[in-house]
Amino acid sequence: MVYFLIIISAIFVNNIVFSQFLGICPFLGVSKKIDTALGMGAAVTFVLTIATIITYLLQLLLNRYGLGFLQTIVFILVIAALVQMIEIVLKKISPSLYQALGVFLPLITTNCCILGVAILVADGTWISKVPGAEGGLLQGTVYAFATAVGFALALVLFAGIREQLAMSKVPKAMEGTPIALLTAGLLAMAFMGFSGVV
Amino acid sequence: MNKSLSTFTNGLLRENPTFVLVLGMCPTLATTTSAINGMSMGLATMFVLVCSNIVISLLRNLIPDKVHIPAYIVVIASFVTMVQLLMQAYLPAIYETLGLFIPLIVVNCIVLGRAEAFAAKNGVGLSALDGLGMGLGFTCALTVLGAVRELLGSGACFGVHLYPDNYGMLIFVLAPGAFIALAYLMAVVNKLRK
Repeated sequence: MVYFLIIISAIFVNNIVFSQFLGICPFLGVSKKIDTALGMGAAVTFVLTIATIITYLLQLLLNRYGLGFLQTIVFILVIAALVQMIEIVLKKISPSLYQALGVFLPLITTNCCILGVAILVADGTWISKVPGAEGGLLQGTVYAFATAVGFALALVLFAGIREQLAMSKVPKAMEGTPIALLTAGLLAMAFMGFSGVV
Repeated sequence: MNKSLSTFTNGLLRENPTFVLVLGMCPTLATTTSAINGMSMGLATMFVLVCSNIVISLLRNLIPDKVHIPAYIVVIASFVTMVQLLMQAYLPAIYETLGLFIPLIVVNCIVLGRAEAFAAKNGVGLSALDGLGMGLGFTCALTVLGAVRELLGSGACFGVHLYPDNYGMLIFVLAPGAFIALAYLMAVVNKLRK
């Protein structure tokens, strides 16, 4: 039951883009077409889940030796290295998957939702958002995975709207980013309807 | 003299990181629930930006080309950790509100972007000025956005109440208000720049 709550909370109630404001750059940058949005969403899901597991274990190691203050430096380096490694491994093991995700992988290092979620899970601060959650590796990983699915959902929804938006007439000053932000605001308002569900 | 002045004002106006370059959107949207919060986030970023620009500019001939991005990230992450520890010690209340977004300065595109685009190619003085200008531009943008949201949402400006809270539009303090307020501010800036 608690896993169900974690998943619902991470995807809808505390959606990473619309209520936590993480990963806005790719959200605005690669959301012009549904295909690329799907690719980016899949790549983030893949990397975020693996990165969370590894950084969680690393945090245990850091805490053990009293080096908690190195968290930021260690995490960002590990994530950067991990993304490179996933790229290399994927190229060897599954060229078709690499073809689909390849272009997005290098962009992910600077995607703040990876580092953000890794820190949230390693510090255990995410559990305050889900009643009954206890933290730990398994629940944290489920949370990270569901968060990434929430990111993909937001990205695909937004891309769908922007494809329509490209054909409509927009006031000159609102063209480009402003109208995209306004659309995101309305989507965020829709997502607010989920608050209180969990 | 002229060059240093134009370097400094570049970040403030012509290439304002928030309104023109549209970089660093996550902290911009997340931390501007009030003018004070926006300003403290801006200042923290500015500190990191100036320090990392200076250090990277000093090391620009020593860092091998192949590993320059990881090297920059380590420099930036060290300063971010310093800010994090300093704020935790001296400004615990603000540290609490900004929370996760302090460590996330590491992945703020502005910081790495300026290191790569400016500090790696220019001298120490100019790089420091560039960091200062960009940082101030970012701080101003965040403060303005924070002030607008605070005013519309809770009827206050920098914590001073101008009209009773109950008349405020709560939506502007909540998540959707961030997107909407920034969209309109950006449209105003676009209009003025033409």
